[in-house]
Amino acid sequence: MADAAQAAGIGLWAVPLAMIGGAIRVSTPFIFVSLGETITERSGRINLGLEGTLVFGAMTAYAIAVETGSAWIGLAGAFVSGCCFGLLHGWICKFPRVNDIAIGIALMLFGTGLAFFFGKAYIQPSAPHLPAIPFGFWSSTPQVRAALDVNALFLTGAALAVFLWWAFQNTKIGLVVRVVGDSSDAARAMGYSPDLVRLLATAVGGGMAAIGGGYLSLYYPGSWNESISSGQGLMAVALVIFSRWNPLGCLAAALLFGGAGALGPALQSVGVTHGYYLFYAAPYVLTLAIMILTSSPGRTLAGAPGELSITR
Amino acid sequence: MIQVANEAAAAPAARRDGRALRAGIAQRAEGLAIPLAALLVGLLLFSAFIRALGKSPTQLFELMWRGGFGTWFSIQNTLSRAAPLLLAGLCVALPARLGLVIIGGEGAIVIGGVAAAAAWPAFAGAPPALVVVAMAIASMIAGGAWIGAVGALRHFRAVNETIASLLMSYIAIALMNHLVEGPLRDPTSLNKPSTLPLPDIDRIGAIPGLDLHWGLVVGIVACILAWLLIEKTRWGFAARIAGGNMRAAQIQGLPVGALIVGFCALAGALAGLGGMIEVAAVQGAANASLAAGYGYTGILVAFLARQNPLAIVPVAILLGGVGASGGLIQRRMDLPDATVLVLQGMIFIVILLSDTFYGRFRLFNPERWRRNG
Repeated sequence: MADAAQAAGIGLWAVPLAMIGGAIRVSTPFIFVSLGETITERSGRINLGLEGTLVFGAMTAYAIAVETGSAWIGLAGAFVSGCCFGLLHGWICKFPRVNDIAIGIALMLFGTGLAFFFGKAYIQPSAPHLPAIPFGFWSSTPQVRAALDVNALFLTGAALAVFLWWAFQNTKIGLVVRVVGDSSDAARAMGYSPDLVRLLATAVGGGMAAIGGGYLSLYYPGSWNESISSGQGLMAVALVIFSRWNPLGCLAAALLFGGAGALGPALQSVGVTHGYYLFYAAPYVLTLAIMILTSSPGRTLAGAPGELSITR
Repeated sequence: MIQVANEAAAAPAARRDGRALRAGIAQRAEGLAIPLAALLVGLLLFSAFIRALGKSPTQLFELMWRGGFGTWFSIQNTLSRAAPLLLAGLCVALPARLGLVIIGGEGAIVIGGVAAAAAWPAFAGAPPALVVVAMAIASMIAGGAWIGAVGALRHFRAVNETIASLLMSYIAIALMNHLVEGPLRDPTSLNKPSTLPLPDIDRIGAIPGLDLHWGLVVGIVACILAWLLIEKTRWGFAARIAGGNMRAAQIQGLPVGALIVGFCALAGALAGLGGMIEVAAVQGAANASLAAGYGYTGILVAFLARQNPLAIVPVAILLGGVGASGGLIQRRMDLPDATVLVLQGMIFIVILLSDTFYGRFRLFNPERWRRNG
C-alpha cells in the first residue's frame, strides 16, 4: 500500500495511510486499558472507573515528566497512581452490598476531578515526549514516515497482549485469576481468597489504564489538558466484552477502534471539512454497533467469567 | 365472655401493628441517618485533604456557605443551578427504580437543548407561550428518544445500559458540535458557535420579584410528579416489583419491556427538558455550554437521594450551592475550580460505601432491641 501511495503520488491514498498510522497511534491507550480491564474482569469484577484512572494517569505522567525531565519516570509514576486507584476500587468493592458498577462511576468522577485539581498547574509547561521508533526510515514520502513512526508502548502493548493470552492458559497465576472469576466458591475450596485476588487484579488493571493515560499526555496527542480523554477508558470496557475477555481480541479490537478514531483527523488532513465533527463520533457509534451486534437477550455471553456482575 | 375473647384476639394484633410501626420508623431513621453520617464522613475526608494541602478547611466551608447560601444573591444563584440538577437527577433516579444504571443524562440534556433551538425557527412569531411549549415538547421528544433507545437496547438486545448511555452522550455532543458549527449555526456567532439567539419574548423569564427563572419550579414539580408516579400509581408499583426482581416480574406477566422503555424515555424527556430550560432561560441559544457537566452531577444527586425523587430536591439544592461557591473558593483561596469535583467525588464514594451498613445497626432494627449481644 505504501508503494502504491508512492507510485500514484500521494493523493487520496493519504486517507488510508493516515488511518493506518492513526490506528497505531490512537489504539495504544485502548490496548493498555482493555488489557488491564481484561485482567480485572477475568477475576470477576468490573471496574468502570478506568476512565478516571486514565485521566489521572495522564496528569501524573505529565506532571512527573515535567518535574523530573524523564518521560519514563512519569510513566512509572502513572502506573503507581493507577494501582492506587485500582486498590481503592478493589478495597471498597469487597464490602457486602456495595455495587461495583456504581463505585466505578464514582471513581470515574473522583479520578477526573482529582486530575483536574492537581493538573491545573501543568497545562502550560511542556514535558519530554516518549520516543518513537522510525520504522518508515526507508521511505522518502513524509506521510509514510509519519505513519510508521511507532511508539515503543504500542509494541509493548502488542507483546503484552500475546503474553497475557499465553499466561491465562499456561501459568498458575493465570489459572488462579480465572478460577476466582468463574466461581468464588471453587476458589475458596482451593484455598485462594477471592477478595485478595480481585484486589490485586483490579490494582494491576488500574495501573495499566494509567499507562494508557500516560501515553496520551506524553506521546499522542502529547500534552496535558482537561479534555485529554474522550471516553477511551469507558470504550475500552465495552471493547473487552466485545473481544470476549481474550487479550488477542483486545489487540485486534483496539486497532479497529484506533482506525475509527483516526478517521476524523485523517479526512481533515486531506481537506474534508464538511461534517467532520460527525466523524469524531465514529468510535462511539462503532462501539455501540458492536455492543448491539454481540449482545443478545436470553443467553449469557460465551466466555464470560461466571462471577461478573455485568453479565449476570 | 365474648368480649374477653375479642380482647384476647385484639391484643396480639395491636402488638403487631405497633411492631410494624416501630419497624417502619426505624427504617426511615436508618434511611436518613446513614446518608447524613456518610455525608459528614465525606466532608471530614475532604477537610483532611484540604488541610494536607496547607489550606484551611474552615475557611473553605465558610466560603462555601457564603457563596452558596449566605446572601440572597447567592441563594438565587444556587437555586438557578439546582434547576437542571433536579431534572438530571430524575434522569438517573427513575430508571434506577427498575434496577437500571443510566449515566448518560448529559447527552439527553445536550440533545434536548439542540432540539429546542432547532424547533424555534418553525414557531417564531407565534404567541410566546406556544413557542415555549413547542420548544419544551421538541426537547422532551428528543431527550426521550435518546434515553428511550438505551432502554430499548437494554430490553431487546441485552446491551449494557450504563455503557450504552454514556456512549450515547458522546454521540450527542458530537452531533451538537456538528449542528451548531454547521446547519444550525448563526453566522454572526464567531468566537463561540451557537444557534440563532432566541428573542427575549420567547425566552423563559424570571419568577416575578426574583432573579430566578421558572426552571426551578418546573424541576420541583417534576420531582413531585415522579414521586407520585413511583409511589402512588400501578405503573410505579410494577416498576418497583420489576426493580426488585426482574424475572419474577416477567413471570407475573408484568409488561417489563414497556416499563423499561417507558421509564427510560420519561427519564430522558425530563433531562431533555432540562436542556431546553438551559437554552431558553440561561444561554439564549444552543452551544457547547450545554455540556456543562450537569448530567454527571445529576448522577451524584440521584445516588445521594437514594433514588427518591422527593429527596432529590434538597440534594440538588445542596449540590447547586456547592457548585455556586466554586468561583468564590477559586478566587479567595487560590484553589482550582476542580476543588468542587474532588469534594463531590469523595462524597459519592463514601455514600456508596455506606450501602454496606444498612441492617447492621441494632439501633435501626427493633426486633433486635431486646436481645442481648
